Amino acid sequence: MSAPALELAGVTVRFGGVTAVDSVDLSIGAGEVVALVGHNGAGKTTLVELLSGALARDAGEIHVNGRAAALRSPRDAQLAGLATLHQHLALADNLDVVANVFLGHELRARSGLLDERAMEDEARALLERLAPGFAALREPVSQLSGGQRQLVAIARALRLHAKVLLLDEPTAALGPGERGRVVELVARLAAEQLAILLVSHDLETALAVAHRVAVMRRGRLVAVRSREELDAASLSALIVG
Amino acid sequence: MPRSAVVGAPSPRTRVRAMLVALAALWLALALLSGGLFLSPRNLVNLAVQASAVAVMACGMVLVITARQIDLSVGSVLGFTGMVIAALQAEDGLLAAPLPWPVALLAGLALATAIGAWHGAWVAYARLPSFVATLAGLLIFRGAAWLVSDGRTLAPLAEDYVRIGGGPSGTIAGVPLPVLVLVATALGVHVLATRTRFGRHVFAIGGSPRAAELAGIDVRGVTLRAFALSGALAGVAAVLTTARLGAGTNSMGMQAELAVIAAAVLGGTSLAGGSGSVAGAVLGALWMQSLENGMVLLDVTSALRQVIIGLVLLAAVAADARARKSAT
Repeated sequence: MSAPALELAGVTVRFGGVTAVDSVDLSIGAGEVVALVGHNGAGKTTLVELLSGALARDAGEIHVNGRAAALRSPRDAQLAGLATLHQHLALADNLDVVANVFLGHELRARSGLLDERAMEDEARALLERLAPGFAALREPVSQLSGGQRQLVAIARALRLHAKVLLLDEPTAALGPGERGRVVELVARLAAEQLAILLVSHDLETALAVAHRVAVMRRGRLVAVRSREELDAASLSALIVG
Repeated sequence: MPRSAVVGAPSPRTRVRAMLVALAALWLALALLSGGLFLSPRNLVNLAVQASAVAVMACGMVLVITARQIDLSVGSVLGFTGMVIAALQAEDGLLAAPLPWPVALLAGLALATAIGAWHGAWVAYARLPSFVATLAGLLIFRGAAWLVSDGRTLAPLAEDYVRIGGGPSGTIAGVPLPVLVLVATALGVHVLATRTRFGRHVFAIGGSPRAAELAGIDVRGVTLRAFALSGALAGVAAVLTTARLGAGTNSMGMQAELAVIAAAVLGGTSLAGGSGSVAGAVLGALWMQSLENGMVLLDVTSALRQVIIGLVLLAAVAADARARKSAT
């Protein structure tokens, strides 16, 4: 058995006297989807910020594919193989889809200039894998729907060889029609052996796609249950405590 | 396809086309009013030479504004480095033994680049608003320009150097050297803006600083380099200006920052950041210089010229804001 894709041990974050994340232990295997649920202020967002490299931890170990990850900056997290999709997707609205997929990692031809054709080909192949028929490669992302923007952000993560995908409230900004597509997409990404941590208020989506559900309350991880042990009522009960 | 609430900008190509139409209309009007004098070859050459210094600086300003910053110092940096270039090569300048002009020129360009980077450092690393950092630069280097020579005009400059200013002996195949310098600069900055990582990152920062940061872009380094480029191009403009005047004078570049910013904005560079075009800025500079030049031919007084240029700028930007809104 190889090491889990993501492993947290005793991870703790304090803000002054408040312990926002309190010795959390959690591991996620490749191809596994874990939903992280809890009330506002339970520590979910702090945990996401920590894993995205935007926030330092006060204690604890984090391993990605068995290797210790420092996560001192967003770039650090990227290099470790952790990709975060923030709720308000961090895309440059004025640039097109191809430019956003390659943002910060643009390909260059031998001349030193941007290799637009290579980037377009690779972006097309990536997006074709995620959403067959995606055609808007040269549209500014400001012109795309919420679901299409999500695809662009995921394509960027895949291009950087992410091992672990953190989805922060992926359904919050979407219409009801697009929710089903997120569920499908998450299942497809898991089938490609990505480990996925899905942070959501949306219990329906969490139960629809997760293999296991982790519940946070006041900074602590109070329960981790497999999907089969749960239904909407028992999950709500765990969240309230 | 659903459209977002983001205010869309007309594409750069549409913008450049609109600027060409506006320039043709202005030229036609001025030709009619001046009885053809405006379109005489001599006047057009004059016009191009006059516009080149502002247009060169506008190329750099496009990138600074696109990255959500502003550079108010360019006119003073032009004045200061121009005085230094003159003082290094003139007989009664700073040195007992004047330097050969190419050395003076390169020293001036290096100095201007360093000043630009210095402004960039205050903005990117000390986190000062660029309006304040470069306003300070405007004052510092205007004063420093005076201090170089205690306010004296420095002349004459080397004969070969003065050719760069585009006099009768300063042409290649009939094209004045300042125009060639402008064309080379505009092509270079256009490629930098559209075909390199640096340019792509400038636009990304202007579109969303947070997205750029999270994508691992070195936002501070890119910002510093944009200011260094703006400074370097103020140095190029200083060379064109001193060579054209055949002297270093205290009024060089005074209020040029306003013409430069106006050219960039007329050319479609958004003060909100994230969109801009080098070709548009060059056309913007040419358009403003045409208006100025045409009014001189028509004997409009300098006071009235200022009023008219101000009003035209206001009208142009207001029309632009409406076009952007309706583009959404």
